[in-house]
Amino acid sequence: MKKFQTLLLFLSVFVLLALTLVFFFDYPWLLFLREAISSSLLSVCPHFSSEILKIPCESLPSFMRGMSVTVMLTLCLLFVGFALAVPVTLGQLYGPAPVRWLMSAYEKFFRAIPILVLLIFFAFSLKINLPAFLSAVIVFGLHSAAYQSQIFRGTIQSISVGQIAAARAIGMTRLQAIRHIVLPQAFRLAIPAWSNEYSSVLKDTAFAFTVGLVELNQTGVQVANYSRQLFIIFFTIAIIYLILTLVGTRLLESLEERVRIPGLTVHQGAAHGHG
Amino acid sequence: MAMANEFLLRIENLHKRFGQEEVLKGVSLHLKPGETKAIIGPSGTGKSTLLRCINRLNDPDQGRIWLGSTEITAPTVDLNKIRQQIGFVFQDFNLFQHLNALDNVRLGLLKVKNMTKDQATDLAMHELRRVGLEHKASAYPSQLSGGQQQRVSIARALAMEPKLMLFDEPTSALDPELIGEVLRVMKTLAEEGMTMLIVTHELGFARSVCDEIVFMEKGYIVEEGLPEQLFNNPKQPRTQEFLSKLSELYGENQA
Repeated sequence: MKKFQTLLLFLSVFVLLALTLVFFFDYPWLLFLREAISSSLLSVCPHFSSEILKIPCESLPSFMRGMSVTVMLTLCLLFVGFALAVPVTLGQLYGPAPVRWLMSAYEKFFRAIPILVLLIFFAFSLKINLPAFLSAVIVFGLHSAAYQSQIFRGTIQSISVGQIAAARAIGMTRLQAIRHIVLPQAFRLAIPAWSNEYSSVLKDTAFAFTVGLVELNQTGVQVANYSRQLFIIFFTIAIIYLILTLVGTRLLESLEERVRIPGLTVHQGAAHGHG
Repeated sequence: MAMANEFLLRIENLHKRFGQEEVLKGVSLHLKPGETKAIIGPSGTGKSTLLRCINRLNDPDQGRIWLGSTEITAPTVDLNKIRQQIGFVFQDFNLFQHLNALDNVRLGLLKVKNMTKDQATDLAMHELRRVGLEHKASAYPSQLSGGQQQRVSIARALAMEPKLMLFDEPTSALDPELIGEVLRVMKTLAEEGMTMLIVTHELGFARSVCDEIVFMEKGYIVEEGLPEQLFNNPKQPRTQEFLSKLSELYGENQA
């Protein structure tokens, strides 16, 4: 049963990623694949007489395109956010006073301002002419880095100071101690909170329309503009967000199990660890 | 200088202050190669701080420390080199929680001594065998008893092939029935000629294994001497008082 669930999970991750790649990039051979998938999606849709089901069925290829943008943006922003959050956290915790101050200021600034304001400010006030997707990745990435840095700060501070002392005592440098002792433990502890960040930014990406990006939600708006079947269109979109959230968080849960330190973390249902 | 060669560890007039409180008020201590000394005394008298100053986990404010002919307290000293030569065993073990016993012992060899994986594994297994835990090589810290964890942490320190071993109350966090296995490992080490400085409340162990006992109180070394002399015939009234308090608590044959 457990094996079957894992298989199902990896299969859905694979399908979602494959769809994302196919519908996101405009390479000629991918366009061909996209056509094939779209027409097979449409052919399995029966030809309903009722408008209600016809519209979302016919729009499925558009929704796939929108979903691919949402997924790609989420993955990129999480990656950028992670890559920035780690040095921000380390600077904030271990850096000399000016670095600590700078990192705190960064983190406070980006957590204080709504993502919508940041996006509009970046796109229209700064007048930086970047492709919409790139703009979105930068703004969302900077925003998420601030939040992720606090996730890591929390888990790093929960590691006992004795761990670093022990590492230093065998002659490790501070950096080695952080790299080999602190971070591997802190990252493990960060997965549950990080999964929260994933499901939160996934839905935040709906704001990317402000920089001109047609992601999943905006696709719905466009389809609704000519079909006027608001309920069924946004119901379909809600289902797609639900699937993305469930698959992503389940994937992180499975990662959490995989890297769990034997004997240390309390298993579900067993309130008593030993030791 | 003849002095420098005679002693493996030389501490001269060490002072350490935490905020308003002066924890060490001028401590001097000498250890010859192969010698084992125990530091005893009431809690909060700077015993642990003294040990932590020796491998510079705490920085002393004043005074000098030499390991052989190298001055540990010199501003230019390479601390990471020095620390490899000084094994440190913590009261609460501080095993790396995310690594199994073998990796705990092996990590320093791989990352600090840059050994190959095979060399490091061989040496780490040898050290685990020395503390009687080769069969627990793949166990994680939280799967081990306190006594086993402390033995792994001793193996981790020994693997770096230190000249000097510092023990900071190595059995204080252990259940009574687990203390013996750790003390046995330490006793063997002492017999093999390791130079050791041990902060402990195990007076029976100190008496039977150590060459000399150091009694510390309130940041000073009050008295230092051979175990028989210090336990049976202490010169200072404070030493007498401390020992009689402990023997009331544990019974005569413990102290």
